[in-house]
Amino acid sequence: MKFEEPATLNPIDRSRIVGKPVDRIDGPLKVSGAAPYAYERHDVAPGAAYGWMVGSAIAKGTISAMDTQEAEAAPGVLAVVTHANAGKLGKGQMNTARLLGGPEIQHYDQALALVVAETFEQARAAAKLIRIDYALADGKFDLEAQKTSAAPPKKVQGSPTDTAVGDFEGAFKGAEVKIDQTYTTPDQSHAMLEPHATTAAWSGDKVTIWTSNQMVGWGVKELAKTLNIAPENVQVVSPYIGGGFGSKLFLRADALLAALGARAAKRPVKVALARPQIPNNTTHRPATIQRLRIGATQDGLIQAIGHEVWAGDLPGGDVESAAMQTRLLYAGKNRMTKHRLAVLDLPEGNAMRAPGEAVGLLALEVAMDELAEACRIDPVELRIKNDVQFDPEVGPDRPFSSRKLVECLRKGAAQFGWAKRNPKPGQVRDGQWLVGMGVAAAFRNNLTMSSGARISIDRQGRITVSTDMTDIGTGSYTIIAQTAAEMMGVGIEQVTVNLGDSSFPTSAGSGGQWGANSSTAGVFAACQTLRGQLAQRAGFNAEDALFEGGMIKAAGRAVPLSEAAGRDGLTVEDKIEFGDLAKRYAQATFGAHFAEVGVDIYTGETRVRRMSGAFAAGRILNPKTARSQVIGAMTMGVGAALMEELVVDTRFGYFVNHDMAEYHVPVHADIPEQEVLFIDELDNKSSPMKAKGVGELGICGAGAAIANAIYNATGIRLREYPLTLDKMIGKLASV
Amino acid sequence: MNAIPVKLKVNGKDVRLTLDSRTSLLDALREHLHLTGSKKGCDHGQCGACTVIVEGRRINSCLTLAVMHDGDEVTTIEGLGSAEKLHPMQQAFVVQDGFQCGYCTPGQICSAVAVLDEIKAGIPSHVTADLNQVSFSDAEVRERMSGNICRCAAYPNIIAAIRDVADGGKA
Amino acid sequence: MKAFTYERAKSPAQAAAAAASNPASKFIAGGTNLLDLMKLQIETPTHLIDVNHLGLDEVATTKDGGLRIGALVRNTDLAAHKLVRRDYAVLSRALLSGASGQLRNKATTAGNLLQRTRCPYFYDTTKPCNKRKPGAGCAALSGYNRNLAILGTSADCIATHPSDMAVAMRLLDATVETVSPDGSTRAIPMADFHRLPGNTPHIDTNLAAGEFITSVVLPKPLGGTHFYRKVRDRASYAFAVVSVAAVFDASGGGRFAFGGLAHKPWRIETADAAASQGPTAVAEAALAGAKTTPQNAYKVDLTRRTLASTFAQKGAAA
Repeated sequence: MKFEEPATLNPIDRSRIVGKPVDRIDGPLKVSGAAPYAYERHDVAPGAAYGWMVGSAIAKGTISAMDTQEAEAAPGVLAVVTHANAGKLGKGQMNTARLLGGPEIQHYDQALALVVAETFEQARAAAKLIRIDYALADGKFDLEAQKTSAAPPKKVQGSPTDTAVGDFEGAFKGAEVKIDQTYTTPDQSHAMLEPHATTAAWSGDKVTIWTSNQMVGWGVKELAKTLNIAPENVQVVSPYIGGGFGSKLFLRADALLAALGARAAKRPVKVALARPQIPNNTTHRPATIQRLRIGATQDGLIQAIGHEVWAGDLPGGDVESAAMQTRLLYAGKNRMTKHRLAVLDLPEGNAMRAPGEAVGLLALEVAMDELAEACRIDPVELRIKNDVQFDPEVGPDRPFSSRKLVECLRKGAAQFGWAKRNPKPGQVRDGQWLVGMGVAAAFRNNLTMSSGARISIDRQGRITVSTDMTDIGTGSYTIIAQTAAEMMGVGIEQVTVNLGDSSFPTSAGSGGQWGANSSTAGVFAACQTLRGQLAQRAGFNAEDALFEGGMIKAAGRAVPLSEAAGRDGLTVEDKIEFGDLAKRYAQATFGAHFAEVGVDIYTGETRVRRMSGAFAAGRILNPKTARSQVIGAMTMGVGAALMEELVVDTRFGYFVNHDMAEYHVPVHADIPEQEVLFIDELDNKSSPMKAKGVGELGICGAGAAIANAIYNATGIRLREYPLTLDKMIGKLASV
Repeated sequence: MNAIPVKLKVNGKDVRLTLDSRTSLLDALREHLHLTGSKKGCDHGQCGACTVIVEGRRINSCLTLAVMHDGDEVTTIEGLGSAEKLHPMQQAFVVQDGFQCGYCTPGQICSAVAVLDEIKAGIPSHVTADLNQVSFSDAEVRERMSGNICRCAAYPNIIAAIRDVADGGKA
Repeated sequence: MKAFTYERAKSPAQAAAAAASNPASKFIAGGTNLLDLMKLQIETPTHLIDVNHLGLDEVATTKDGGLRIGALVRNTDLAAHKLVRRDYAVLSRALLSGASGQLRNKATTAGNLLQRTRCPYFYDTTKPCNKRKPGAGCAALSGYNRNLAILGTSADCIATHPSDMAVAMRLLDATVETVSPDGSTRAIPMADFHRLPGNTPHIDTNLAAGEFITSVVLPKPLGGTHFYRKVRDRASYAFAVVSVAAVFDASGGGRFAFGGLAHKPWRIETADAAASQGPTAVAEAALAGAKTTPQNAYKVDLTRRTLASTFAQKGAAA
């Protein structure tokens, strides 16, 4: 099905099941520990041997000597895989660094070997017996130092690196009120709870990997390319994924090494990265330096807005697209955005939940707060004042498909009790706490991806949906079941959903908050095809047929689905393909974050007291799972604002705090009640589901609301994330 | 390898294993008994995904050796309930959406069950204002659950699930 | 983790003798730090002596009105013990601020004292660390040291001791009781138990080879108002950036001990003596000789301010 014109009324609009807060259908399996994750496939790969990865101890250079003999002779060892014996390997199109390094080394903890042994304990111990001598090369590890050498990358997420409209410099110079500030965000780690893990088994020249991967279709192509085998010989299975946040978008070392290890050991092999290896071996969100310049009239109308971004990556890598939202979020005739990419020899930078916006808004939305203060305008009102209903770089010819930012701000403010905020900073005390409130807009682009599904109906009228879509905690199982149930007019208990297997039709996968909307649209397409065929079998005109209560109804006649399905049932496949509606209309999701924080007057510790937000993201397919996505992302925003930082040791070129004791993410005690309000909205230009993504919107702006609340609490403006107490302490009033 | 016989009572069943002395209780459960509900998130006591109840107390099963538990009773998530017959805490997690990816979930649930017992037993926490007055509150549960990290951050929903079970228990 | 043989000790003295006869052995109790380090081969014992079944899990009153805490009393039990709650609240508070519920259920009194530093370079075997490998150099001195020590440091090491419990015990003038391989016993004051790094940062304590901790003795209760204020980067389940243990008496006197500042729990008698002059005077005395790096210099001000916070709390409680 091609989606080329705005959706009209369709069966999803009945909203009998879609749009309802249905419990997760995979819930009972997950809460009972019965859902099998990648390293737990005793059922399909019994007797798997254990692989342990050996990472590089240096950031850049070459292996001058490698001795694996002692490891090979160690108890239980079945194989040691290195660049020397792995055969000729390719590199995945989406990998910047090679997944098995050597002799050249591109980053710290790049995989250099895999030790395979009968037991986990033997593999781990033998790995320590591999001796590697290195020839160290000079590397570049300091973004600030490399800033001047940073160059424009070719593209930023398929868009131009730089944009310019009007005369930014002139308008900024002449503006009545000017904000010119630089903000920095550190490298961050996804820190999903399930480590990257894969079980691999070969059968002849075909390999199957049971893995933890957000993008099954990409995984097939990339593993085939890396192993130099045909994609038909690769099966990727990923039904349960213990968190991804972008870290499992791509083929990673666990998958390649498990496949190589299984080939070498001639039996199934499983590999999980050890937690301390993950931050440096895998990808991370790159650090940024961002300069924001906003020029406005005294009453807060933006005249000029400029956002420049510097970030680094390995040679051949990409820039963090942190200025993208500034192209779309606020009005202003004179505009400028720039991205500059420095070469750094740190581990590979790549997507983490809402790449671009998540850190871009940490800068832009604080700059807006600074502008509000300079103009003496309420920060909510400032944002409303600068709302724009079309792409401000293009003009009214490219309107937003739907944009309810103003409604989010107003309703969010009411829900939160924004009116009680004292606009003068440093005024509110509660015991030892200075208390403040902050607001920030949420913005995340809406992306759509082609997505396929197979749908079957059996003689009992039971529906089975199969697609290689993944559920990384997003609720895919449930919303796909809801979609099929709605379309086919059956109860959700009549629907079985099979996900995450490359033998199923290729889907959108989970990333960039495109998964829910795109994959359910693919299921919608397949259901439409099935409905047509069933209606025909029942002797109805498909357009007139109503699917309801397990029956197909038209012209005063009702035929049970089971009867129409016939003895052998019926299976169809279809996919959704998106036309140019995303070009004709700017498509994005919007929201408003509100936070109340307390800052300890003695120690500078910041604790979040309340968080609240209002969000507009098209049809909310399941308000229960969508709310969970949003609060989870808000919490990741708390982490970004207050504690998360991969610390770079610029001497050795690695992230020093590479485990979960030293890389802090929020714990239960950090998170208060969180309120989420979804604004009623249908976006008929986004998909036939009229939904948009929501999984990343919640992080976008959340941290800025906290930063602004800290300022309101203390009068201290910190611009280097995370906003830790050591940065606060010297600026607090004496006690 | 130093192979050592170990006898455990896991979820009510006696099991006998011969294990490498290095085998953690977590790996004994996951790799030898195929009880994969207990998760390995960090293997260093930094995340709580491996939480199980041993001799009535929740512990990180990754930071203890199986051989140290010879003769001990172990309850894992599989021992609390099954998908067909959920424990009230498991049911509450489903209803309140107290999880997303599901990987930290068994540990959260084992911890949650034990936390309610700890509060009942009057064991104080960091946020207990008067060390001699221990009672249920959201703040108490948040503090006590802080050794179970949920990166999907279902935190408020987890607290709601625990609150539901605690209220049910009182009624 | 290197392969090791395993035995269950039969008595404290036998455990000590077994340890003395095998220098590559280690005692294991809770295991929450030792196994963590063994997995990374930072600790590489080839023999483990499991001391979990030796009893030593009682808290009993001593004849001079104090408490004897068995070495194997779990952190949870010690914090919840009714006499500790009543008479040594600073110790309860310190314990409860540490680690997580799961870890406190396993971690023991003796093991808590014997925790090793959390310096990230100590934890990464690819980086130089004098504590892990004497003579290798210290990567922290000019590296990432925001969380590291400002007092009692040396040119070889700026690691901190991570324990909260030990800070409270130092304040309480606890003594550590041990049995040696020859069966002799001794009592080591907390002040002398942990060492400063000097040029032997690989040696954390003054225990002799094989010497086995049997108990920790607290003197009779101090009375007064007890506080343990732990400053950290998230609300729970994090090591201290700085911590202050404080006990104030009714006449304006007080005692103070500090965590997160040094290779051992930090206590200076001159700081106690300054109690009546207020937090700034106490801080000045306690922090005399502080040597900071650009990254950890904030700890000086933070310590003073945290002290001010406890003084204010005392005022509010009075």
